[in-house]
Amino acid sequence: MTATVSPVLVLALAAAIFAVGLVGVLVRRNLFFVLMSLEIMLNAAGVAFVAAGAMRSQPDGQVMFLFIVTMAAAEVALGLALVLQLYRQLHTLDSDAAGEMKG
Amino acid sequence: MDIVFFLAAAIALGATVMVITRLNAVHALLYLIVSLLALAVVFFTLGAPLVAALEVIIYAGAIMVLFVFALMILNLGKHTVAQERAWLTPRIWTGPALLAAVLLGELGWAVLTYRGRAMAGAVDPTLVGASLYSTYLLGVELASLILLAALVGAYHLARREEVAEEERP
Repeated sequence: MTATVSPVLVLALAAAIFAVGLVGVLVRRNLFFVLMSLEIMLNAAGVAFVAAGAMRSQPDGQVMFLFIVTMAAAEVALGLALVLQLYRQLHTLDSDAAGEMKG
Repeated sequence: MDIVFFLAAAIALGATVMVITRLNAVHALLYLIVSLLALAVVFFTLGAPLVAALEVIIYAGAIMVLFVFALMILNLGKHTVAQERAWLTPRIWTGPALLAAVLLGELGWAVLTYRGRAMAGAVDPTLVGASLYSTYLLGVELASLILLAALVGAYHLARREEVAEEERP
């Protein structure tokens, strides 16, 4: 019988992926890439939840992952709609172009 | 199982780094999909088969399709055909294809060595479902509400400017 991997390793992987996503949010100026990096970070948080649940062999972590996926779907739908609207008004995806509050 | 995990983890991390360093959004999306598929393998080795399946279906399937649609709407122009031709060179798709081939090899290995037994320490999907619809029932209701709010909000935000102009007093 094959055993599952250690959840601590998966937690480390989640931390690494989260850090990469954070770097992406901070470094990229294209709003599309910022949204993708946000997805990476949300997904890393979900991985951490599942790993924590696997530590005690409880289903709660996986339930939390389902909620995170739901929230990520809602966030992506709204975020992409905002990006589309911004592109129509400013004709660029540069996040710095949207720095002024005046529409 | 450890080798499978380390391979998938390396692919996930490498593909994620490629996502945030690409210049072209479509290339980044390709790598993001590979990264999500690799994370599904990680979930499987962790003993969470239900979450692994949902990662592929919802994340790599539905959410990434949403990204592709938005990208298609943004990229309307005369140069799209030339751009499309430039995108289909082997230099661009070999990276994601190689990573996906390693994942395919892992899948084949898992299918061939599967003996019909559950892994030690794996959480049964039945338990997840039972917990979801008993302990976390309120959360499920709230999740449906947030999806409805996102649906209405996305429809409102993504409307054409002309429509908004007409309704403005």
